[in-house]
Amino acid sequence: MKDLHRLTIHESHALLKEKKISSVELTRAVLKYLESIDGKIRACMRITAEQAMVNAAAADKAIAEGRCSPLTGVPAIIKDNMCTRGVTTTCSSKMLENFVPPYNAHVIEKLNSVNAVMAGKANMDEFAMGSSTENSAFFTTRNPWNLDCVPGGSSGGSAAAVAADACIYALGSDTGGSIRQPAGFCGVVGLKPTYGRVSRFGLVAFASSLDQIGPLAKDVTDAALIMNVISGHDKRDSTTVPLEVPDYTGALKPDIKGLRVGVPREYLVEGMQPAVRKAIEDAVKKLEELGASVDWNVSLPNTRFGLAAYYILAPSEASANLARYDGVKYGYSYRETTSMWESMEKTKQYGFGAEVKRRIMLGTYALSAGYYDAYYLKAQKVRTLIRRDFDLAFEKYDVLVTPTSPTVAFKIGEKADDPVQMYLSDVCTLPINIAGVPAISIPAGFVDGLPVGMQFIGKHFGEETLLQAAYAYEQATPWHKQKPSIA
Amino acid sequence: MKLTDEEVRHIALLARLGISDNEVEKFRTQLSNILENFDILSQADTEGLPPTAQSIALDNIYRPDEAGPSLTVDEVMANAPEREENCFKVNAVLE
Repeated sequence: MKDLHRLTIHESHALLKEKKISSVELTRAVLKYLESIDGKIRACMRITAEQAMVNAAAADKAIAEGRCSPLTGVPAIIKDNMCTRGVTTTCSSKMLENFVPPYNAHVIEKLNSVNAVMAGKANMDEFAMGSSTENSAFFTTRNPWNLDCVPGGSSGGSAAAVAADACIYALGSDTGGSIRQPAGFCGVVGLKPTYGRVSRFGLVAFASSLDQIGPLAKDVTDAALIMNVISGHDKRDSTTVPLEVPDYTGALKPDIKGLRVGVPREYLVEGMQPAVRKAIEDAVKKLEELGASVDWNVSLPNTRFGLAAYYILAPSEASANLARYDGVKYGYSYRETTSMWESMEKTKQYGFGAEVKRRIMLGTYALSAGYYDAYYLKAQKVRTLIRRDFDLAFEKYDVLVTPTSPTVAFKIGEKADDPVQMYLSDVCTLPINIAGVPAISIPAGFVDGLPVGMQFIGKHFGEETLLQAAYAYEQATPWHKQKPSIA
Repeated sequence: MKLTDEEVRHIALLARLGISDNEVEKFRTQLSNILENFDILSQADTEGLPPTAQSIALDNIYRPDEAGPSLTVDEVMANAPEREENCFKVNAVLE
């Protein structure tokens, strides 16, 4: 048997169900490995060992009573922007350094309902704003494939932990690529569900019309198993859709004969690393070999407006959402003054990091008198154009294929002082959030020893088609079985 | 689009974000660069197009107004920076 911490969800479940291992054994093994390695990769804001062992014992009891669903007793790491009752939830921000939520996010309730086990909370870019975890107020997570490189972001801690086999799976959130880009950089599977598929209740808000929670997993099967648990309507998030949740594992068939695949040429962007382009072209040829019918020359003509539209829409929503951090009810509060206004202004000045402030400024400007029409309203209309591009494409194709990011993981510090360069790292992922469609990133090769991510994009609520395409490719390729050796 | 120092200070005031002199200079340059990258949107033909506020076709959602269990006062107040009885304490608003 392989080391327990290296198991997938489906492998863990098979062993737990047959009582060949207990959740206590599995959780202990994961915690032991996580604690031994986290000094190097720094994936976790906090390791919740004590509570994990209590949860594991409860899972073993449930299993003994015959309640063993696929996530029961399986340890996960949760991005630190999902509220966990009684467990500090920092958003990797000084603002929430000591914030202990009095309630659980919907996805945490869902995990608890099947006796899942939380091993820790993952580091991230502050308030999920960033593409490298360098914006964490506390420390930068390292890429397990090369410790000098970033893991991507903002769900960088979640992706690095999964890639390093320091947990069995993780949850992340994705506003412009924050699940898929780190999944690509770390060589794991990351799925951003359709907007409205997973409840955002208890997810610390960044840009409410774009945010979505989703899985980071070691393979496509695990991503489907996680989706089965976290998806569904929640009356506390009225943007969740009251559609029945299918059994996503039903989509895991290694057959894509006749699948209509489109390759949008606008996503093979200028400034793209040639070797990444080559890897994606090889991967698409593989899909052809497997029986897909590929159109190599699809056009989504409004793609070039995506970056600008996103960096108006997301900061605008963020500037409204983050106005709540005023030092009154919870969070960091500057009190060394007798003035209420000074207290509020200094709370934000000292509580937020540079990127968060930059986006608050940008969003406030885009929404301010005289600029609203030119920026925010214009961006919302461009959003209509981008959505229509996808609607039209999905009349002809079942899935679209693109690179997840134009490059493999970059060096820590390389783009930290250049926000525009950093924003470009999400150029292939953010139009998907603008349109609200689902997309998955899966491993599709290596360049210079670093993983390349391939992105499948589907139509609204087309997660099953994405999983089918991703599964067929995964089963025909060796990439997901390769693991980093952490020096 | 080049921002001035005064504009940067005005935006910060609108956001109630305290800002140092160094930050004024830094944000002026960085935000001006970012705004220049937004100029491309003027090439998008959006004549007569409706704006999209959110991407899925849901209209207003209603649900019955039913009372249920909620957090206790102590749970709600547990993270308060400063508390007086059952109130969040702040500095004087009127001076």
